[in-house]
Amino acid sequence: MASQKKKFDLSQRRNIATILSIIPGIGQFYNRRIMKGVLLLLISSAFLIATWDYIDIGIWGLFTLGTVPREHHSIQLLIQGFISLIVLAFAIAIYAYNLMDARKDAIAIENGKPNPTLLQGIRDFYNNGFPYFMVLPGLGMLLFIVVLPLMFMVALAFTNYNQYNAPPRKLLDWVGFDNFVNLVNIDIWQDTFVNVFTWTIIWTVVATTLQIVLGLFLALLVNDKRIKFKRTIRTVFILPWAVPAFVSILIFSALFNPTFGAINRDILSQFNLMIPWLSDPFWAKIALIMIQTWLGFPFVFALFTGVLQSVPADMYEAAEIDGSTRWQKFQFITLPHILFATAPLLIMQYAQNFNNFNIIYLFNEGLPAVRGQNAGGTDILISWVYKLTFETNNYNMAAAITIIMGIIVMGFAFYQFRKTASFKEEGRY
Amino acid sequence: MAMNRKKKSKIEVAFIYVFFVFMFIIIGYPLLWTVMMSINPGSNMLVTQLIPDNPTFEHYKWLFTNENSDYVTWYKNSLGVAVANSIGSVILTSFVAYAFSRYKFIGKKYGLYMFLLLQMFPALMGMVALYIMLTTIGLTDSLVGLTIIYLGGQIPFNAWLVKGYFDTIPRELDEAAKIDGAGHLRIFWTIMLPLAKPILAVVALFNFMAPFMDFLLPRIVLTSPEKYTLALGLYNFINDQFSTNFTRFSAGAILIAVPIALVFLLLQRYLIGGLTAGATKG
Repeated sequence: MASQKKKFDLSQRRNIATILSIIPGIGQFYNRRIMKGVLLLLISSAFLIATWDYIDIGIWGLFTLGTVPREHHSIQLLIQGFISLIVLAFAIAIYAYNLMDARKDAIAIENGKPNPTLLQGIRDFYNNGFPYFMVLPGLGMLLFIVVLPLMFMVALAFTNYNQYNAPPRKLLDWVGFDNFVNLVNIDIWQDTFVNVFTWTIIWTVVATTLQIVLGLFLALLVNDKRIKFKRTIRTVFILPWAVPAFVSILIFSALFNPTFGAINRDILSQFNLMIPWLSDPFWAKIALIMIQTWLGFPFVFALFTGVLQSVPADMYEAAEIDGSTRWQKFQFITLPHILFATAPLLIMQYAQNFNNFNIIYLFNEGLPAVRGQNAGGTDILISWVYKLTFETNNYNMAAAITIIMGIIVMGFAFYQFRKTASFKEEGRY
Repeated sequence: MAMNRKKKSKIEVAFIYVFFVFMFIIIGYPLLWTVMMSINPGSNMLVTQLIPDNPTFEHYKWLFTNENSDYVTWYKNSLGVAVANSIGSVILTSFVAYAFSRYKFIGKKYGLYMFLLLQMFPALMGMVALYIMLTTIGLTDSLVGLTIIYLGGQIPFNAWLVKGYFDTIPRELDEAAKIDGAGHLRIFWTIMLPLAKPILAVVALFNFMAPFMDFLLPRIVLTSPEKYTLALGLYNFINDQFSTNFTRFSAGAILIAVPIALVFLLLQRYLIGGLTAGATKG
């Protein structure tokens, strides 16, 4: 028996069972697991009958996007296609389970184990399947609400879906990388893209770094032994985080308003200054960075305050005996310690600001307008995408830009993967 | 020498306090200004005063009593979505997190990667597609739809957070229970959930607050004013006629911001604890 194992031998029970269950359930009948066989057969035939047409049209639609204008709705076909893919993936998983199950039972029979009773079979199924049942509701929602739109978005980037070419009046086509090529080759797109992209990077780096530096600085100061009323001070410093951001941003938008805003009217007027905070791109950018620092530093502050208390005190004592200066202590003890503990979360801060739609849109809707480009002066990539979608219906370009953003975000995520400790323990179970 | 050092230290501390006071003003000014706006009579921003001569609560009263005000409806809408989102998210994510923390199954590792990756993508990236999808299948302007989208969107981040917390609960506890004959659900219900209360409270709270704070998704999904949530309704107060309704907006905003800020200040310690535990463990 052992010598034959390597060769595929049709007289072996396990192989017969596997081959028979190409039609789901038959292999199980062969193993005399009648109930299981009936169930599998029922489920798979019901599945085929119920979804065959839907999947057939979906997959066809995914490739062709429809052939008759007005009759075929390309977008609906596209969505149906992706849903079909997801359903198909589940079907394949169940089918694979059916094959493996038949084989497993056959092996058990080969080894002379008696067939389990019905009750025992159900219990085994429950025990083995338990983690899948737990994950299934969440996974289902995730697939349809998060993954499906993302897939749909990626697909749109390779179509010609815009205001003038929209179903049901017209059919969409797959256009390959045309949208990406246009982004680089057509002047207005190229100019806008370069400007918006540059500002997005500056915005991400400057605003995030400022909020981290300010948060760190304040955390160090409050942590000083000589400072009293620590609790009160900390509470006040966390306030900007506690107030809902959309409220604060709208308030700032009013405060910075050049005509009635308090900053120009009450403060800067003392020095005979009038700064066009909203209508000049440069000053609008300065205002945005200041506001984001205000909004963002409390999180970093709270984070560092927590971590600072875990720096072992004896390290400082040892350093003092060695005669280190305060800067040296900070540089070689405090900074490495807190950065090690918080690096992934700080990276997340950069990723969040990279996509910080709320502040850009609520402050000034990405305005002021800039001549020769179709995005406002303070638009970052994500608010530009929003405008392209909801204001000018340039869905295809919006999707193409989103993909570029997605690739950048994945860069952040990749770093996160390597840093996150949870993965390291996976081997344990 | 010693005297000199003491003096230097004192000056330093004084400077730190001065800096703190400066920060207090920067933090406090916009907040105070909003409070003052809300009790200013009238609605013209040009004549509002930082400290009004005759403060009034007319704007608060207007929000609750005027027949043109939908404020109470918005509050109810937000509350409904918030409660459903809060309960639903705890159930969904604790199930997922339990499986990921305690069981071995096919696709586990890729599932974890997927969660990490998806939580980096901002909701808006999918939202544009979601909007097109919703309009295509005609499922816009529904609070149920809004709740379902919230529920699905929160999974990656929260499942990750709760899984990290479950991992810190000693495995010996559930193994002992298993020997005593406890089933999967029983262990989950009687051991894991009670021990994970702090992190579940954080998940419940943050998903409760999200509908009060988010304005973008409601803006995409909801179209009729009687379906609005608070954030969206308030945004429209000033979006339509910025300078004329700002005092009213201030009043409405304060009524959201104060309870949220209070709860937040009470619980932020747990959030920080959860974040650092999940991210840096090991």
